[in-house]
Amino acid sequence: MEFALTDEQVMIADTVRAFFAENATSERTRAAMEGVGIDRDLWAAFAGELGLAGIGIPEGFGGAGLGMVELAVVAEAAGAQVAALPLLGHAMLAQALVRGGAQAQKEQWLPRLAAGEVIATVSWNAAFEVNDGAVSGTIAHLPHGAIAEVLLLHAAGQVWLVDLAGEGVRRTAHVTMDQTRPLATVTLDAAPAEMLENGAAAIDGLQAAGWICLAAEALGGAQASLGRTVEYAKERVQFGRPIGSFQAYKHRLADMMVEIEQARSAVYWAACAVDEEAGEAALALHAAKAFCAETYRMCAGNMVQLHGGIGFTWEHDAHIFFKRARSIATLYGDSQWHREQVAHLVMGDPA
Amino acid sequence: MKLGFSKADEAFRSECAAWLQAQMAGPFADIRGIPNLVSEIERRREWEQELAAHKWSCIGWPEQWGGRGATLAQQVIFAEEYARAGAPGRINHIGVELAGPTILAFGTEEQKARFLPGIAAGTAIWCQGYSEPNAGSDLANVRSKARLEGDEWVVNGQKVWTSLAHFSDWIFVIARSQEGSKGPKGLTFLMMEMDQPGIEVRPIRQMNGEAEFNETFLTDARCPVDSLIGTPGDGWRVAMGLLAFERGVSTLAQQMGFRNELDGIIAAARANGKDRDPVIRQRVAEAEIGLRLMRYGALRMLSKADHSAIDGAALTYKIQWATWRRNLGELAMDVLGQDGEIAPGAEYEWPMLPNLFLFSRSDTIYGGTNQIQRNLIAERGLGLPKEPRGDL
Repeated sequence: MEFALTDEQVMIADTVRAFFAENATSERTRAAMEGVGIDRDLWAAFAGELGLAGIGIPEGFGGAGLGMVELAVVAEAAGAQVAALPLLGHAMLAQALVRGGAQAQKEQWLPRLAAGEVIATVSWNAAFEVNDGAVSGTIAHLPHGAIAEVLLLHAAGQVWLVDLAGEGVRRTAHVTMDQTRPLATVTLDAAPAEMLENGAAAIDGLQAAGWICLAAEALGGAQASLGRTVEYAKERVQFGRPIGSFQAYKHRLADMMVEIEQARSAVYWAACAVDEEAGEAALALHAAKAFCAETYRMCAGNMVQLHGGIGFTWEHDAHIFFKRARSIATLYGDSQWHREQVAHLVMGDPA
Repeated sequence: MKLGFSKADEAFRSECAAWLQAQMAGPFADIRGIPNLVSEIERRREWEQELAAHKWSCIGWPEQWGGRGATLAQQVIFAEEYARAGAPGRINHIGVELAGPTILAFGTEEQKARFLPGIAAGTAIWCQGYSEPNAGSDLANVRSKARLEGDEWVVNGQKVWTSLAHFSDWIFVIARSQEGSKGPKGLTFLMMEMDQPGIEVRPIRQMNGEAEFNETFLTDARCPVDSLIGTPGDGWRVAMGLLAFERGVSTLAQQMGFRNELDGIIAAARANGKDRDPVIRQRVAEAEIGLRLMRYGALRMLSKADHSAIDGAALTYKIQWATWRRNLGELAMDVLGQDGEIAPGAEYEWPMLPNLFLFSRSDTIYGGTNQIQRNLIAERGLGLPKEPRGDL
């Protein structure tokens, strides 16, 4: 029975937690929110000094090897600080290539991804047309889409890579509720595109990476929401007592912990299942995305409520967590959709 | 980090699964899948003894005392296979999982020799005498009194919610041995034989019609002086050490029972068309997710216990499964509709799913209510300050 982080994984976790706590500060995240939603210095240090952009990329392509458990460890720590990083699209593109790219495609892209040189964005349910290797369509709701260099499109078992610096690309950046992951619409008019060799495998890879990344970010964010609220509950005094001594207050914090512990099991169950190619991987991924997103929403919402008026201000960080929780819940399939996938897996389709 | 078990552990799984399935298909087929703990008691005593004869009754105990010294992983596997084979709930689970481990941890060598063989052999069935009419959530408020009279302890008081007392051979109680003491101080942990004039058991009929719990009246009930575990006045520490055993491996077996209930709901939904209802599908998915997370939560907890102490996360397990199962009962009735509200026969007796709906209302109460669990999680798990105590 080894369903616990190994010593090496604990070391990675300690390193990334310390890195994000020191560098992904509220000030720097807020500066990124005023700009394009990415702290480029943070990303450069993450990829360069720590070499963590190479997680999940084979060493033969300049990566660090490792797998989804390590990706989850990293995303959890990033999520705990709501770090303004392009990790999500990066992980999805990397896994699409690792699983479904041709050798030449891997050689072209993976070393650059491992070095953190590429910012990617990935569509969900996009409608587009392909004619002679050129893509046309309006692709909405792309995270970091305004500054991404590469767009990954998928439909009907095929995956296409579009160079967003190329011709036939028009972008519209949107003021977005979660400013750490602003959305854009990209309009493609016969933009040159490259198809990945094995579309089905690439889709499996990008979905697994995306859902694990989001679920783990949600876990980290939920845990941080709880931790910060617990600290506040011990300090803030009303009616002559710390407010954390009141049952009406502490029971909500206890409920958060109950959900978070399950969310932790969900993230690492899904990550292990993908790494071990277990038969229950699909179930685990849908379960993890739905459960962790809902846990984060509950915890971030409680964080606002339990801080009282200060929790509603722009100055306090609660809203940054609250908005990230919202955007995670909606991205790449909402919780209802994921639960329906679980229902399909356990009870089939109704006659 | 890995999901699965080692090859050696999987070989152990095959071994115990084969034995259990053979028993449940053959000599003990008549008690396969019995849902409650109160029927077919004589057959189930025989089953306990059959388990013992093949050294399956208390595999986690040391070999010296009838166990196999099994690793945690092996205990988990046995628990899963036990439930998968449809073997009936262990009528001596209190003896095997609570009394025995407590005696192993706190008892003298003489006490081990006196009590453990009976538990291991399945011939001594145990129950637990903790709660009292005024000591429920506030368990330390026990008022039963114990006094030394010659070479005997004499106990007077009333215990309540004593599961399985009506057919148990032994009971362990906490009683106040220091006159005027309050709360956790001054309590003493005693092991008493049930078959004596000083102990009277009255079954309590529950809302599902069954009677698993009892009131137990102690009127000059007696036990020899060396039936005390620990020292006089030190009973709270012993009792709390024992509660920690409650959150053990048995949770995995319990989950296999939950699996059976959820499968029953899915089958019922398919049969009556509720599987087309998108809201029901969402709720089934939530239940499925919750059950899976329970399993991996338990494995996570036990994987840690292999290497270090069980941490605060283990505190969340009770409220998690109890709340999950209560919700499952509601889902069961929403799937069954009015058919679920009609008993199949002339008696007030319910099949699995309606019984789940009623019985699961006790899950969020016994062993520490959800409200008490939240206090424990907040105070021990999160380090929040305690609510000031009243003095009424």
